[in-house]
Amino acid sequence: MNLDLLRPEICLAVTAVVVIAVDLLCRHKWLVTVVSIAGLLASAGLALSLSGGASQSIGNGLFALDAYAIYFKFLFLGITLLAILASVDYVNRLPKLNGEFHALVLTAALGAMLTAAAQDIISIFLSIELTAISLYALVAMLKNSKSSESAVKYILLGAVNSAILLFGLALVFGFSGATSLHGIWQAVHSIRPENIAENAGFLLGSALTLSGLAFKIAAVPFHMWAPDVYEGSPTPITLFLSTVSKLAGFSILARFVIMTMSFQSDALSNTFGITLAVISAASMTAGNLLAIKQHSIKRLLAYSSIAQSGYMLMLIATAPINSSPSTDGYGYSLLCYMIAFALAELAVFTVIIIASKHADHDTTDDYAGLAKRSPLLACAMTLGLLSLMGMPPLVGFLGKFCVFIEVAQHGLVWLVIIAVVNSVISAYYYLKIIRTIWMEAPASTDNIKSSIAPKLVLLVSCFGLLLFCVLPMLLIKYFEWLGLHY
Amino acid sequence: MTHILSVIIFLPLVAAIALAFLPRLPAKAIKYSATAIALAVLAMSLHLFANFDRSLSGMQFEVINPWIPALSANYHLGVDGISLPLVVLTALLGLVSMLISWKIETRIREFFIWLLVLESSILGVFCSLNLLLFFIFWEIEVIPVYFLISIWGSGSKRNSAMKYVLFTLAGSALMLAGIVCTYYVTGSLEMYVLEPGNGMGSIAMVPVMSSVPIFFMFLAGFAVKLPVVPLHSWQPDTYSDAPIAVNILLSGALAKMGAYGIIRICISLFPQSSQRYAPIMLTLAVIGIIYGGILALRQTHLKRLIAYSSMSHMGFVLLGIFALGQTSMVGASLQMVSHGLITALLFITAGIVIEKTDKPAIASMGGLARQMPATATFFVLAGLGALGLPATSGFAAEFTTLLGSFSSTVVDSAQWFTAVALLGVLLSAVYILWTIQRVFYGPALSGFDNVRDAGKLERFYCGLLVIIIFVIGICPTILTSVIQNSVTGIVSWMGG
Repeated sequence: MNLDLLRPEICLAVTAVVVIAVDLLCRHKWLVTVVSIAGLLASAGLALSLSGGASQSIGNGLFALDAYAIYFKFLFLGITLLAILASVDYVNRLPKLNGEFHALVLTAALGAMLTAAAQDIISIFLSIELTAISLYALVAMLKNSKSSESAVKYILLGAVNSAILLFGLALVFGFSGATSLHGIWQAVHSIRPENIAENAGFLLGSALTLSGLAFKIAAVPFHMWAPDVYEGSPTPITLFLSTVSKLAGFSILARFVIMTMSFQSDALSNTFGITLAVISAASMTAGNLLAIKQHSIKRLLAYSSIAQSGYMLMLIATAPINSSPSTDGYGYSLLCYMIAFALAELAVFTVIIIASKHADHDTTDDYAGLAKRSPLLACAMTLGLLSLMGMPPLVGFLGKFCVFIEVAQHGLVWLVIIAVVNSVISAYYYLKIIRTIWMEAPASTDNIKSSIAPKLVLLVSCFGLLLFCVLPMLLIKYFEWLGLHY
Repeated sequence: MTHILSVIIFLPLVAAIALAFLPRLPAKAIKYSATAIALAVLAMSLHLFANFDRSLSGMQFEVINPWIPALSANYHLGVDGISLPLVVLTALLGLVSMLISWKIETRIREFFIWLLVLESSILGVFCSLNLLLFFIFWEIEVIPVYFLISIWGSGSKRNSAMKYVLFTLAGSALMLAGIVCTYYVTGSLEMYVLEPGNGMGSIAMVPVMSSVPIFFMFLAGFAVKLPVVPLHSWQPDTYSDAPIAVNILLSGALAKMGAYGIIRICISLFPQSSQRYAPIMLTLAVIGIIYGGILALRQTHLKRLIAYSSMSHMGFVLLGIFALGQTSMVGASLQMVSHGLITALLFITAGIVIEKTDKPAIASMGGLARQMPATATFFVLAGLGALGLPATSGFAAEFTTLLGSFSSTVVDSAQWFTAVALLGVLLSAVYILWTIQRVFYGPALSGFDNVRDAGKLERFYCGLLVIIIFVIGICPTILTSVIQNSVTGIVSWMGG
């Protein structure tokens, strides 16, 4: 087994263990943060040494080392790094949990990286669980009633979901006789359209698997957990849930759909495509409509994040209509949208981490007059929200535009129209927050203090939001350098 | 100077960013530097106007750089005879709105930043020749207007601002869908590729089944901005609650974005659909003229009256455009500029009156010509322009438009629409003269004894606008010579 191709992941696992050891043995708690950051950078360096080569498979096809996986390795490492920097102050307030926080965040990121690389139903399930179990503990970290409540909700629903996912994967294996995604595709490909009814078990298995993955990305109707868990979790973990965990879900959902459901456009693949399109339309509509009524900022962002999942799902819905089972041929739009989404979420949640004193009950009114108390925070929040809304000249607009173009090219014009109408609905609640920030009288007069690290995160994310829209060639060059072909 | 258009567009934006980051500047420095930037933009746009080759019909001062090659999205700028007058108009109104805003006292720095961003985005819309770039500038405009109205406005400013944003975003969302569909059916976002003269790549080659919905998606976006009648309900609220500087840009420049978009995209790219649905649009134009005029008669607030009068006069622009004739479209282009100047002057003088008397209702005013003779003169001159008195630009523009639409052979029964539209001229004479009489004449009211007249600065920019209105009115060829050839190029696809 060519384990050396898993260097970045192994490096991250070792770092997680070292972090726990440092936390136990060393009195200087800041060392934990330094070690985690060093580990992330080292892992990124190792990922760099792997990039650019031809696609390979690791461990008899358990994992893939392709441009798609490497893209996600960099993405997750980057987000985790920024998330750790953003939560420096927050974690310092909980000195006892310093080591656990960093170690678990690192294992969650490790799980996410493995998820993006997995191409066998065994590795898929194990990687997803690695992320999920790390996050169960992190959600409960604060140990107050709110945090515990949401952790219990998350664990119970997550456990049910794991059972569904496992059942689905087992059925898929049972009816296709293969555990690797490629094997499943071959088995599916040999099914004749007229015999599809005889393979009801496979259809049920696929449907259950898709439901299990839809839970991870909080798509309607598997979204109920998101608002409660987002609200109750410590904010850095909310940030992590809404970016790394969600994008990991997308990475495997996209790979699963592309690699097993590209059936040369027959009735079955269209059915799956349309089902995903309907889920996508329902997610954005429900997410946006429910967000309007929210007062808690984290609940509002949870619903907004459900809506964002809807936009990203649009593209995955077109995948079954594609024909070739390879993630390489996948358009840049989804990957571009993910970067835009991650940058915007980073900006917005970092502001919340810095500004919120009471981590568990933050209403939008607490942000009144933020512009007067801290212009940097206000600007970052505004840019992040405008990017989520899809307003030029921010990269969120470009991401949305490319997604719409690609979806329209696959003939799902009705879905584009629903999405476009949804952007208008979303403008209402995003602008309401922006209005609160800039126009209301300040909620309090205390200065908002923060160390340099979270501010750095804000600057990086805002800079990225603007830069990638003005110079989208940078992103395209990056994708080409990774070896993703348009 | 190959990049002069880029400089014109981005200078205000760069200045806005600089203002945002420079440490605490004194208020005066901010006001002077913003005004200097607006002056520089005006100077450069006049330079363009002077060096524009009037014998050509195509784009001039073009810049094209690849931006996202995979989407055929280029950084492509250029001006022709239709957009150039609007660029100059925007630059002029930008300067005037800076001067007006010297009075602003709260959050000065933010105000000028948003005003500069707004100017940049409007100029960008008029110069973009790529649909994606066009849309980006079109969309950016919403944010500054939202802030400008909801912070520095009056009355129920927040609701008006939100109403404006939601209407505009709904329109531009449809436009975005239109752009996406255009790319889907043609594979291009470049306007010149999509033009009918271009054979294979053009939208004219697309089956009518798919091009008609796209035409209407674009039209909806522009109609909200213009505004065309069923989509106009944001306008009176927004105009009456916005600060005067924003009123000027909204009515003078932003409304023109709608009309310009209709000419540049709906008419130029979809000539067949335009011709087929022209009667519907002409009906809406005439309804706008008459309905706006009647509502203006019934208004009790000065700014709302001007808002409806503006809507009525923009109806002439729509009439001229969709009559689809050479003369009518030249008239419509002229009317865009003339309406921009006249409405701006009306708003400025109304703003002075409201500011000095502190009363927005017409009923509570009267006899103000005694206390503020200069303001009264300017208002009367602007009003005479609005009702189309010969020698003002309003006359030249509306006369050309009506003449053109009456004689248009492209659309059947354009004569009847013109005949009904003439009633609008009559209506505007009634409400303008009646307003002048109610506000400035009649017995002097004792409450206004201490009201002061317009100051030196105010007289300066009002005088400037009056001079331009009369120069264009007496010698409209200054503009028509620029507009003429570009309109010929567009109308030639109509086959009329």
